[in-house]
Amino acid sequence: MNFKQNLTKGFFKENAVFVLLLGLCPTLAVSNSAINGLGMGLATTFVLMSSNMAISLVKNLIPDKVRIPSFIVIIATFVTLVDLTMSAYLPSLHAALGIYIPLIVVNCIILARAEAFASKNTVFDSMIDGISMGLGFAMALTILGTIRELLGAGSIFGINVPIYPVDESGNPVTTLIFILAPGAFMVLGYVIAIINRIRKA
Amino acid sequence: MIYITIIISSIFVNNIVLSQIIGICPFMGVSKKIDTAVGMGGAVTFVLVLSTVVTFLVQKYALDPFGIGYLQTIVFILIIASLVQLVEIVLKKVAPPLYQALGVYLPLISTNCAVLGIAIMTIQKEYTLLQGAVYAFSIALGFAFALVLFAGIREQLDLVSIPKGMKGIPIALITASILAMAFMGFAGIV
Repeated sequence: MNFKQNLTKGFFKENAVFVLLLGLCPTLAVSNSAINGLGMGLATTFVLMSSNMAISLVKNLIPDKVRIPSFIVIIATFVTLVDLTMSAYLPSLHAALGIYIPLIVVNCIILARAEAFASKNTVFDSMIDGISMGLGFAMALTILGTIRELLGAGSIFGINVPIYPVDESGNPVTTLIFILAPGAFMVLGYVIAIINRIRKA
Repeated sequence: MIYITIIISSIFVNNIVLSQIIGICPFMGVSKKIDTAVGMGGAVTFVLVLSTVVTFLVQKYALDPFGIGYLQTIVFILIIASLVQLVEIVLKKVAPPLYQALGVYLPLISTNCAVLGIAIMTIQKEYTLLQGAVYAFSIALGFAFALVLFAGIREQLDLVSIPKGMKGIPIALITASILAMAFMGFAGIV
């Protein structure tokens, strides 16, 4: 696999959310606005890139039998790092993402890339793999977040988009269901259906 | 009274899958047949209660006294992963029939975010040990309930004709969406 393929695979061919269907919990739970989706995506990208690098550095030191627990400890370390940094510098995003930040540990994409890629490849390739898969994930979350925020709150990244009529007091009449749990399942369902249709055509 | 509130709110109002959106992987992965859904539900209930109790004790008697609460994520995930292994070994030896029924689901559980999520939330909500155990048990019941309901619907989905692009995961997600809407009706009970 050459450098360019390695860099672009995470966005389209092996997109974690739309194609591989990994990491659905954060995808559905925090894509209620574009900014939350982007924040979660970038946090995951950082963890994915760092853990991929660390794992490919120590891959020859870890006995085969304890590799999964060791990978999990490495991943959990970086997640703790993100958690503490975010609560110090981005408290509002930290509050919005809440329980889903520690849950990055159990995001299947990260362990999947550690096991399938980082434990077999060089540090540099693993870093590129982490960046590619992570940004692909971030892209998917931002797309879903944008759609849901637009339909559910009538705005994108907090900027009002006048697609809904306004009531007497000037607030848009929105379809609130799209930023609640049912909207998450529905939007992802339709987006995957559309992508399936395009890929097969 | 608080126990009844915890039970009703965890099973119906704040259903872990359909309202809090945690534990989606097994919800999508093992919901094709009712039998497997029941097996997974049983395994999750078992592990969730056990791990919540153990992580609670570790938090109260190891992390808090030494002021190392920032290690929570790392410690909890290690405890859960090793606990699942332990349960697997013990069940294999002590209760082979139960192992036969739950065995294949156990390894899948350590990556189930519900287990880690509930362990952390029990601490965040400042429950006592008994409240935490009841909370974990009813969350697991809610998970099993949603999983079995969803599996029942998906079995029926196989028999109807669905547009090509919608087959498989997309239609499952949209079904889950409608199920989640139904669960929204419980909001406001407690």
